[in-house]
Amino acid sequence: MKPLDTTKSYQEYVDKKSPNSPIFKNCFNAFWVGGLICSIGQIIMDICKNNGLDTQSSGTIVSIILIAISALLTGFNIFNKIGKFAGAGSLVPITGFANSIVSPAMEYKSEGYVMGVGGKMFTVAGPVLVFGISTSIIVGIIYFIFM
Amino acid sequence: MKKLGKQTIQFDNPPTILETATIVGPKEAEGPLAKYFDKCLEDEFWGEKTWEKAESKIIKETVNTVIHKSGLPSDSIDYCFAGDLLNQCISSSFGLRELNIPFFGIFGACSTFVEGMSLAAIFADAGIKNVLCAASSHFCSAEKQFRFPLELGTQRPPSAQWTVTGAGATIISSSGDGPHITHMTTGKIVDKGIKDANNMGAAMAPAALSTLISHFEDTGRSPNYYDAIITGDLGLIGKEILTELAMDKGYNIKSNYNDCGALIFDKNSQDTHSGGSGCGCCASVFSGLLFNQLKNKELSRLLLIATGALTNATTSQQGESIPGIAHAVSIEL
Amino acid sequence: MDWLQAIDWLGILKCFVVGGIICVIGQILIDKTKLTSARILVMFVTLGAILGGLGIYKYVVDFAGAGATVPLTGFGYNLAKGAIEGVKEYGLLGAFTGGVKNAAGGIAAAIFFGYIASLISKPKMKKQ
Repeated sequence: MKPLDTTKSYQEYVDKKSPNSPIFKNCFNAFWVGGLICSIGQIIMDICKNNGLDTQSSGTIVSIILIAISALLTGFNIFNKIGKFAGAGSLVPITGFANSIVSPAMEYKSEGYVMGVGGKMFTVAGPVLVFGISTSIIVGIIYFIFM
Repeated sequence: MKKLGKQTIQFDNPPTILETATIVGPKEAEGPLAKYFDKCLEDEFWGEKTWEKAESKIIKETVNTVIHKSGLPSDSIDYCFAGDLLNQCISSSFGLRELNIPFFGIFGACSTFVEGMSLAAIFADAGIKNVLCAASSHFCSAEKQFRFPLELGTQRPPSAQWTVTGAGATIISSSGDGPHITHMTTGKIVDKGIKDANNMGAAMAPAALSTLISHFEDTGRSPNYYDAIITGDLGLIGKEILTELAMDKGYNIKSNYNDCGALIFDKNSQDTHSGGSGCGCCASVFSGLLFNQLKNKELSRLLLIATGALTNATTSQQGESIPGIAHAVSIEL
Repeated sequence: MDWLQAIDWLGILKCFVVGGIICVIGQILIDKTKLTSARILVMFVTLGAILGGLGIYKYVVDFAGAGATVPLTGFGYNLAKGAIEGVKEYGLLGAFTGGVKNAAGGIAAAIFFGYIASLISKPKMKKQ
């Protein structure tokens, strides 16, 4: 069959022609950067606990510190370079969530501080909250019914 | 002018490409074609507050440069065709609002430049003296509109293309000693069902093929009639696909075919993956490199085929496929 | 160097490996499926909340600590855990208040630091 005969054959032909992402290299980078970010979190957590904080508060402090660092790195135009190198390694940890809030906020600054920064802040991260919170409410309701 | 076959017009009084000008951004300035551009910017804002303003300024200054270079007084330009990628073509209309020349805003996605040249050529053949056409794109404003915020830490797949920051402008005149636009082949919309917005070259290649074949069939010419066949922004992957598909249909374009998106960046040192794209890609490479080669008689017969992906952010979110289009002009000394 | 003694190095190693593996799963999804990053984040947070609700993710957290809580699955887990604790304490009302209460610090920090960062900086073109 010729490539242009059907959409399916053309898609197959294009897939064959398009180079694949270097998945091993990407996974390796994602692994060590992701692991490193989590380890930094763990170190902060250990220090907090050592200072007498409970697990829940320590976890919250870890989140706040990691979020503050990635907001800063995003602001200094560094996070996208890390993201390009590490892929999911910096996306999947809470750092990626922070980056996805800060980057549209910066991008739409040109549309003003209220509807630009304020309004567009959650264009990427909004769905994360919508799905995360909704799922947790469903979990809570199910737990309530079967408890 | 007269119609040849289904899609081609042959000009009786082939209009002359009088002059061209191009201004590009900093990344293009680091590429292999830097010396052919009239001006290379040092930063992508060019002193403006927003990318949209920067893009408007780029197209405005490019148009001013081409008028200046041509030596024509600006009131002797009769019409202007211009377009870009931003919603409602605001770069062109905002950039050119002080130009005081009758204005047609046009949209053909990345094929806009040749679309403008085709229309300008019809005007010139019909006796209008000087018609200006211009097109622009800007990496940052295009990313903002079509993809993600710049600071979002994502990876670009190997098939992704890099939107060229830059603009090209040209003046098409009814008289002059060339290079002349002798034919134009207007493309049909071709959609082969590609949905991946990170693989535009593959989405547009079938449209380029359709226009290429129509041009040869309508004019009776063959690929080796031309010194060079140049497509707009198929990129490296699209270029390879078009070469193979054309071969498959019996047209061997291997030796004289290239693509503006493949020419404008150095793939290895600039990390642009599949190459350049955007209205500014074809516009700046033609206005810079190719016009220069025509002037120096390094090329005497050029087939310029600009390709466009007729998509927007909404349709790609809705899961629609990407319709492609390609317009060709035949330029001869 | 008092704080060095607070660190459990074996714990860090477990955290590094598990956190890394969760990221690799994300990377495979990115490279193999063409999903956008926003969709991947949504998948991870939803998956974390479901696994948290089923009581499975707790074991990962016990084993790997921040290696399980720092990835977005941990964010989802935290939401679900909060909802369950809320139900235990306040009944049905807790299903609505518990989750966000648990994640409030992270969400508020992201909004606050995000706004501050956008005030002080301007987006730049990627060099690559």
